[in-house]
Amino acid sequence: MSQAAATAHDDHHYTSTGLSSWKVGFWTFIGSECLFFATLISTYMVYKGRSITGPYPGEILDIPLTSVSTFVLLMSSLAMVLGLDGIQRGSKRLTLIWLGAVILLGATFLGFQVYEFNHFVHEGLTISTNVFGSSFFVLTGFHGAHVAGGVIWLSTLWILAARGKLTSADSLKVEIAGLYWHFVDIVWIVIFTLVYLIQ
Amino acid sequence: MSTTVATETAQTHAGAHTEDTGLWSWVTTVDHKRIGIMYFLTSFFFFFVGGLEAMLIRIQLMRPENAFISAETYNQMFTMHGTTMVFLVAMPMAVAFFNYIVPLQIGARDVAFPRLNALSYWIFLFGGLFINSSFLFGAAPNTSWVGYANLTSLQFEPGRNVEFWIIGLSILGISSILGGVNFITTIINLRAPGMKLMRMPLFSWMTLVTSFLLITAIPVIAVALILLAFDRFFGANFYEVTAGGDPILWQHLFWLFGHPEVYILILPSFGIISDVIPTFSKKPLFGYPVVVYAGILIGFIGWGVWSHHMFTVGLGPIADSFFVASTMIIAIPTGIKIFNWLATMWGGAIRFPTPMLFAVGVVAVFTVGGLSGIMHASAPIDLQQHDSYFVVAHFHYVLVGGALMGLFSGLYYWFPKVTGRLMSETLGKWHFWTTMIGFNLTFFPMHFAGLFGMPRRTWTYQAELNLETWNQLSTVGAFIFGFSSLLLFWNLFRSLKKGEAVDPNPWKSGTLEWSIPSPPHHYNFPVLPEVRSREPLWDDAERAEVEAQTLMEPEQEPVMPSPSFWPMVVAFGITLTWALIMTGIWWAPLAGLAFTAYGIFSWAFQPAFR
Repeated sequence: MSQAAATAHDDHHYTSTGLSSWKVGFWTFIGSECLFFATLISTYMVYKGRSITGPYPGEILDIPLTSVSTFVLLMSSLAMVLGLDGIQRGSKRLTLIWLGAVILLGATFLGFQVYEFNHFVHEGLTISTNVFGSSFFVLTGFHGAHVAGGVIWLSTLWILAARGKLTSADSLKVEIAGLYWHFVDIVWIVIFTLVYLIQ
Repeated sequence: MSTTVATETAQTHAGAHTEDTGLWSWVTTVDHKRIGIMYFLTSFFFFFVGGLEAMLIRIQLMRPENAFISAETYNQMFTMHGTTMVFLVAMPMAVAFFNYIVPLQIGARDVAFPRLNALSYWIFLFGGLFINSSFLFGAAPNTSWVGYANLTSLQFEPGRNVEFWIIGLSILGISSILGGVNFITTIINLRAPGMKLMRMPLFSWMTLVTSFLLITAIPVIAVALILLAFDRFFGANFYEVTAGGDPILWQHLFWLFGHPEVYILILPSFGIISDVIPTFSKKPLFGYPVVVYAGILIGFIGWGVWSHHMFTVGLGPIADSFFVASTMIIAIPTGIKIFNWLATMWGGAIRFPTPMLFAVGVVAVFTVGGLSGIMHASAPIDLQQHDSYFVVAHFHYVLVGGALMGLFSGLYYWFPKVTGRLMSETLGKWHFWTTMIGFNLTFFPMHFAGLFGMPRRTWTYQAELNLETWNQLSTVGAFIFGFSSLLLFWNLFRSLKKGEAVDPNPWKSGTLEWSIPSPPHHYNFPVLPEVRSREPLWDDAERAEVEAQTLMEPEQEPVMPSPSFWPMVVAFGITLTWALIMTGIWWAPLAGLAFTAYGIFSWAFQPAFR
């Protein structure tokens, strides 16, 4: 290969900060997502205590149950860290175990949410019942949709890893999926605190 | 020259290729320059659509109690005029320049995510077509570009009009956020060696600030629109007063987005003229760091002034006072910029070709709009001016005189870089002067019409109000202004073939984009150039060094990302998903989502480089 070609190849990997553009870009995207959730959470807070008819949050929110699902989601972040460590070490087995754990824990969290939504509807709280119903379902629903997106993303990576198409050279892909996953987790910590714990 | 390159390439490397031509190559392109051209052409098309809507408004208002168009049509016209000019003209035309110019200014071969860039474009195109398709159903949005709740509720607007607006803007928002992410990453990460942040041309700087505003402000209106969509489609109560909802929430969310949006519109233009004025004054920009910091400061303070749009709501003296103060404070960094442009020209060897005329025009006309802005920064004065034509005059002075004329300056300035030809100076001067006369004749009388009591967004007015003269002046001005746009169109079209062919740096500018051939190779830079100063081409020694790198014929062309049609497929899927919400069938959007997911997976598994 000629020298010019070698230079051209190097140019492709040159970045001003030395960081991968994927990482910089994804952090930027997370910044944008922060504003998205901040606006949804603010809307919930503005409407706190302004419902004219029930059911009101205190009558219906189940803190013990949601504590369990919160614990499940937080543990999934731990598994995510271990999964990234697995692929960085080049261990297919650890990658599959821990990424699989993230997927299962994420799906479990979603299961809790489906149960919760279903239960609330039976208790008479829908999106049109009052402003609590509207802001609660839209806020937690968008969070759930983000978790679901993460589960699909990680499942794709898991299948690739199982087929041997995701190796330690691709650990950046797992790292970025991890950034997303931790972000979604942190948002849940805020939601859990503001919606469930401080009523 | 291009033939030599082509032959060499054919011999050395089968994979690398000079640019393909033909429609398909444009549909699948991921080249920032082509995407920039497509952004420009699309926004230029919408400019005429929005302009036509404006002409209908002006004809209707020419006489008192006129019935040229119906009240309902009038509502659709001013709503679509505002929506089009903001979201489909001013923003994407600025993005056209981000695309074409920023990578060339900072010494990059492309943006950080070329396919994502194509996706942004296609979403913009489909979103723009979607919102305008409402005309085919006679249901164009009709609740103004600010869409205040609860005028937009099902109770008051049972038709599809508002739904086209919600969904169209939501689609366009995705394009803006992705574009913002792309340009922040590009500017932070893909600057050529030696291109420190404080050496970047001002246009790239303002692109960076604007991109930060895009990624932070757009999510806010996205949520406001999503809440409205839930109200209308799924019976939620966000803006429903009887259930405890609060229509003022919409105003807060809309203006929390809407004021940063104003700076999204104006900062690119500030960036352009900060590059144009030094070039034609033959002096470096006066107080470069201060101009940069002022731009950043505008970006920050722009987040703390939103309620000055809401002085009539009755938020109370404390809130009002805060927003009076913050609004007056933001005039300071803006004023700093104006004085820096003046000081740049002071004592310079000034030339006045068309780009400079428009740049100086911006400084003059924007200042008028800025001053009327400071007037209604004061809450008591604003109470008199609110919702009157005075406000219409103000924001057209800043958005047409400030933003659009700045974009025109950039168009004349960079046209030779894009095409290798100059635009006609004669036509350019005609365009400038008809614009200046037409623009001022249209909007200056509106100050008076407004102060004499003419309300905005009102179909007609009574003869006894004595507003006819002011309105007739505005209408005559609008026709001159409209004619000036036809001159621009003719000049662009004609100069593509007949413009004077020029060397890479016809204006003797100092910045990096002028060191490469016009039009640039599809890879921009054969090797990444090294720069040592803010104006590498103004120092003879450095120019020689830089041009040795930028004008060399590479033995082998750099490998560039491969074309892909998946961005277009995904953009179509996103548009489809949103549009299917209007069916009211709960699973229909999921079908669109599945289509989008198919596109995303195909995209992810297609290698970026062939």
